[in-house]
Amino acid sequence: MNDFVNQFWNWYVILLVLVSIIACGVLLWSQSTSPVAGQADTTGHVWDETLEEYNNPLPKWWMWLFHFTVIFSLVYAVLYPTLGSFQGVLGWSSGGQYAKEVAKADAETKPLYDKYLAMDLPTLAADKEGVETGKRLYLTYCMQCHGADAHGSKGFPNLADDDWQWGGQPAEIVETISNGRMAVMPAHAQLGAETIKDLANYVRSLSGLPADSLRAAKGKEAFETVGCSGCHGPDAHGMTAMGAPNLTDKTWLYGGSEATIIETITKGRNNQMPAWQEFLGEAKVHALAAYVLSLGKAGGNK
Amino acid sequence: MSETPSTYNYKVVRQFAVMAVVWGIVGMLVGVIIAAQLVWPELNMGFLHFGRLRPLHTNAVIFAFGGSALFSTSYYVVQRTCHTRIFSDGLAAFTFWGWQAVIVLAAITLPLGMTQGKEYAELEWPIDILIAVVWVAYAVVFFGTIAKRKVTHIYVANWFYGGFILAVALLHIVNSAAIPVSLTKSYSAYAGVQDAMVQWWYGHNAVGFFLTAGFLGMMYYFVPKQAGRPVYSYRLSVVHFWALIFTYMWAGPHHLHYTALPDWTQSVGMVFSLILLAPSWGGMINGVMTLSGAWHKLRDDPILKFLITSLSFYGMSTFEGPMMAIKTVNALSHYTDWTIGHVHSGALGWVAMISIGSIYYLIPRLYGKAEMFSVKLITVHFWVATIGVVLYIASMWIAGVMQGLMWRATNADGTLTYSFVESVKASYPFWAIRFVGGVLFLSGMLIMAYNMVKTIVGGRTVDDALVLLPAAHHA
Repeated sequence: MNDFVNQFWNWYVILLVLVSIIACGVLLWSQSTSPVAGQADTTGHVWDETLEEYNNPLPKWWMWLFHFTVIFSLVYAVLYPTLGSFQGVLGWSSGGQYAKEVAKADAETKPLYDKYLAMDLPTLAADKEGVETGKRLYLTYCMQCHGADAHGSKGFPNLADDDWQWGGQPAEIVETISNGRMAVMPAHAQLGAETIKDLANYVRSLSGLPADSLRAAKGKEAFETVGCSGCHGPDAHGMTAMGAPNLTDKTWLYGGSEATIIETITKGRNNQMPAWQEFLGEAKVHALAAYVLSLGKAGGNK
Repeated sequence: MSETPSTYNYKVVRQFAVMAVVWGIVGMLVGVIIAAQLVWPELNMGFLHFGRLRPLHTNAVIFAFGGSALFSTSYYVVQRTCHTRIFSDGLAAFTFWGWQAVIVLAAITLPLGMTQGKEYAELEWPIDILIAVVWVAYAVVFFGTIAKRKVTHIYVANWFYGGFILAVALLHIVNSAAIPVSLTKSYSAYAGVQDAMVQWWYGHNAVGFFLTAGFLGMMYYFVPKQAGRPVYSYRLSVVHFWALIFTYMWAGPHHLHYTALPDWTQSVGMVFSLILLAPSWGGMINGVMTLSGAWHKLRDDPILKFLITSLSFYGMSTFEGPMMAIKTVNALSHYTDWTIGHVHSGALGWVAMISIGSIYYLIPRLYGKAEMFSVKLITVHFWVATIGVVLYIASMWIAGVMQGLMWRATNADGTLTYSFVESVKASYPFWAIRFVGGVLFLSGMLIMAYNMVKTIVGGRTVDDALVLLPAAHHA
């Protein structure tokens, strides 16, 4: 690793740092060796009637403290990266320290995670210890979006209910956590406000919510002709393969009010679940999936 | 003492001294409010929430309170120790009104969210330009006065004031360099890790020069004056002055340990922070040892109590600072309340207490009185403030170490033992204690304000103090 565009700056830094550290020592040395006048004497200058200065020698313990820090700094600069791109004889780096700590932690926990990985997900989801680990991982990495109780919030799916946008089978949950998901509901402003309002009423009627029946009927027609059924299916039950939500249930990712549905259709929605495989590794994803399964409602699709 | 037609300019000293007390109360009140907001989050109302008020607090206490105290004392000290009237009355008055304008503009723009997003340098570019202009005027007044001094030697207090004025000009102008996009918005001239490095070069030297060198100047005048004793060691002054101003400039990278800053830069910051220990303690030793032979004065002189206690806190926090700059210690302390505790042991214990002591010394002299309206109330102020500081820093130490340990604790399966919010919950009792400490310190300032008003009302403004002739050298 080299932080310098050319060797000039490397040597500039090395020399400047060394000279500066040594200069501190030289300043102290020169001032501590030149003799001072008798201790009880002042320098002879008087300011503002009464201000005078004794010329006591530097306290010995203080001088040694100062010298010690200068020597410590020089030794440190030899041992650790301090002088430009010179890595130090110990070969330490902050990146190396991090890698070492991670490797140590991974080695310590490997037997435990190997044991989890050997269990299939339904078994692990029933294992108290395994679920506890999964929950702790969840509370570190997942709760910022899905909430401490896994009930989600607007735009972030509830993981404790029986509705699964991308499928609730163990393999589907592992896939969702491992590689993430990206869902796009396209914007449909071109349909015009009237048609969008009709569609919103139809969607509400599918969930048994109060809706204008005339508009709902017109909306049903539009649903089939303008392309909604392409993703959400002709019966509006959605399609987990592409993350298109079921519109006939009571679950609303963004909200089920007429205004919110109109907003969803008009402007569309973009949503992303990040991928965790690379960062957490297979075993921790496995434990996380077990925790999600243990919330009780997963396993049966939809 | 002999007759001379010239007088000292006490007007500007008086104006800044009174405003130091006023801004001290305002700044510390905002501090108490944001301390309360951490204990009772529902107090975060509208745009007056923690995020907007915190920079207002730091700017008010550092630049409004600390700045006014520095202007006041430096103008007094430089005139008295140069045996001459201030260089330009007009420019001095300009620095007073200019600095007050900066403070008022800060108090308006910061709560409105106008900020450069640089800690302790939040003010937007038009205000930055005003600061630069006022600061250059300050330098002209100060060094102009030095230039027309009637004594050959420049007194040690003026070295420190001078170093502080020059360094702050350099720091402010370099770090505030920005490209304006509108009257109220600008972007830093630097990017990425360079921006962070420039910011903390500035940030740590704001501590080193604004909050240390300047106040050491204060110390070198008011401690020997109040103690009635010569400064302990001229030799020590020389060594620790040069070592201090040279070394501080290097210490900034310790604010960026374990970040994208290259390892070697972090190490340079760390070793120079360690070297800084002895030069810092040099100032403490010189101040405290000045009292040798006069320790008994500490018993009944509350002003001296303030001055000497401030030096103890200075010694403590300048030991703590180098320790926290060591990478392994920093790995625990960084981002925790330990840092907040460290800053306040310096800010309340050192900066505020030395200022308070110095202002108690000044007020009677500026208003034609022998002493403050009530010396007893100074003693009360001293104890209330000291208990306040101790509560503040002890609670933050405990909270900080606890947070650091909670954040790094792991379970057998490698997961974190505590979520972040659990460490927040565990911090509540300590935040409540800190709030009490802050209330006590603020109460002390209110006692001071009462005492000051009573002294002013019973006194007269002194504008006829004659410039003293330098004493004949007797050595």
